[in-house]
Amino acid sequence: MEQPVSAGNDPVIRVENLEHAYGDFKAVDGISFLVQRGEIFSFLGPNGAGKSTAINVLITLLGLQKGRAIIAGHDVTTEAQKVRESIGIVFQDITLDRDMTVWEILEFHGRLYDMPVKQRRDRIEELLKLVQLDGKRNELTKKLSGGMKRRLEIARGLMTRPEVLFLDEPTIGLDPQTRMRMWEYIKGVNREGTTIFLTTHYMDEADQLSDRISIIDHGKIVITGTSWELKNTLGRDLIYLETSDNASAQRLLRSIPAVREIKEKSEGIVLMVNEDGTKVLPGIIDTLRGEGIVITTINLKKPTMDDVFVFYTGKEIRDEGQAPARGGFMRARGR
Amino acid sequence: MSYGFLTIYWRDMIRFFRFKALLISSLLQPALWLAFFGIAMASNFDRLMAGMQVPAGAYAVGYLTFMGCGIIAMTTLFTSLFSGIVILFDKNWGLMREILASPVGRNHIIVGIALSGVTKSFIQALIIMGFGALIGAAFFAGYPPLQVVAGILCILAFVGMFALGFLFLSAAVAISMESPEGLQGIMTLLTMPIFFASNALYPIDTFPEILRILSAYNPMTMLINGIRYFAIGPDFYALGTHYAYTQADIALSFLGLVLFTVIMFILAWWRFRSAVVT
Repeated sequence: MEQPVSAGNDPVIRVENLEHAYGDFKAVDGISFLVQRGEIFSFLGPNGAGKSTAINVLITLLGLQKGRAIIAGHDVTTEAQKVRESIGIVFQDITLDRDMTVWEILEFHGRLYDMPVKQRRDRIEELLKLVQLDGKRNELTKKLSGGMKRRLEIARGLMTRPEVLFLDEPTIGLDPQTRMRMWEYIKGVNREGTTIFLTTHYMDEADQLSDRISIIDHGKIVITGTSWELKNTLGRDLIYLETSDNASAQRLLRSIPAVREIKEKSEGIVLMVNEDGTKVLPGIIDTLRGEGIVITTINLKKPTMDDVFVFYTGKEIRDEGQAPARGGFMRARGR
Repeated sequence: MSYGFLTIYWRDMIRFFRFKALLISSLLQPALWLAFFGIAMASNFDRLMAGMQVPAGAYAVGYLTFMGCGIIAMTTLFTSLFSGIVILFDKNWGLMREILASPVGRNHIIVGIALSGVTKSFIQALIIMGFGALIGAAFFAGYPPLQVVAGILCILAFVGMFALGFLFLSAAVAISMESPEGLQGIMTLLTMPIFFASNALYPIDTFPEILRILSAYNPMTMLINGIRYFAIGPDFYALGTHYAYTQADIALSFLGLVLFTVIMFILAWWRFRSAVVT
């Protein structure tokens, strides 16, 4: 698969035609992608799109069925041990022992990875400061807030100075404020040189946090690019119209050169335009008025990640509870 | 050389000593068995047996001493069988994913858990022997100190081997199960026949033929043979039954336990190798 490369050409993750099935159901259906050293790369997709299955194969918790995956120069099939030594993981669900202290959780991890005592202890101090938990070192993890638990897990993932940190839905279930702070931590870790691979079903998380995004749906990568590149594929602006005769309006407006594509919505139409929407709009209004079509609603906006997602997957994200704020565009539809 | 199993062991012991309530109750429970069931039954049995003739020169032991050995075995059985529950909690809500995704080999996980289970069983066995002696069980009666120490060590060897076998069994079942309730159900089901079809509380010689054979091959009986041999002696009378163990009998019992444990280890190893936790 061809893809734009924004960081240097030094892939830390190289995946080719990865497939994974549970019985007859193909959870991951032939995906290929590269993650460059030093980037933050996201899998954006609805729940059940295959994100977690893919990540579980990459971190060697699931056996590879078909295709190839190279992490930090090691093949997940033949060198699983090497892969394990070079990655850090933050799992989707909290995986802490409720009855161990913050310090013990990190110490346990350091021991699991056979780190020498001195190095282990120094790292713990360093990381406790990084995630601002040094005041909580002797606290049992069950006494921590959700955000603190996540931060502790991130610190744990960084204990061994991994080349890649895998984050599976890192801010799921966190309140908006805590999510923002989580992003700051993740960006900070990335600035220190750790490549980040994350999965998310939050548009804003993919948009604001990642250098590049792959939209994944039904086990396939639909499109990959920077946030800017993805939005640009929808044109410069989006114009939403509801009229007395949507079908005729659609036919008429196709002849305007600036209109790249028109999509039908339940009550209106969306025009993707290649030029500045504020300049195109008067012409559109004139054209429709000239044919006697009455415009009841107009909305003009820049494409957002939501729009990109809806365009490429044909659906809005199926989110339960706690949906991030959407652009005003979608709300306009309901009036 | 990797010491991954020591890490697993370290963490398990932290948990063992952290929960004071659980720690104390697990140590108190066998003592209560001895104190209540033991003394109550002993007072009855010893009265019933009082009229029975014991051959001259034979060594007769009271019921408390007899069943005290059984209680050591019972405690080991229960502790080991239910220890797998930690694995299940770890799998569903805890550190199992972290451990499985780490470079630590899966056999290290099994060995680490087994070591901590054995440690717990040792602590319990020592407490029961101490408490039993306190309330009148005649363990190591008339032995010189050195022989007492040797006896205790031999008993711990038996207890350790037996504990390992059931720990492996418990771990194998736990890693294959989804819910703690299911595990609890299976383990409760297992404890019944293993405990009662053994010589823990009574002699098996008078059992119906099939039950007697089953009991003779029960690892529990083999463990208790060893404990009684070292705590009481090779030749004694209890509950009107003459017990005479030769060294060969005891060696055979120990080998039986080793065989059982090896089979259980293979079972656990196989289940862990194919375990997928995501």
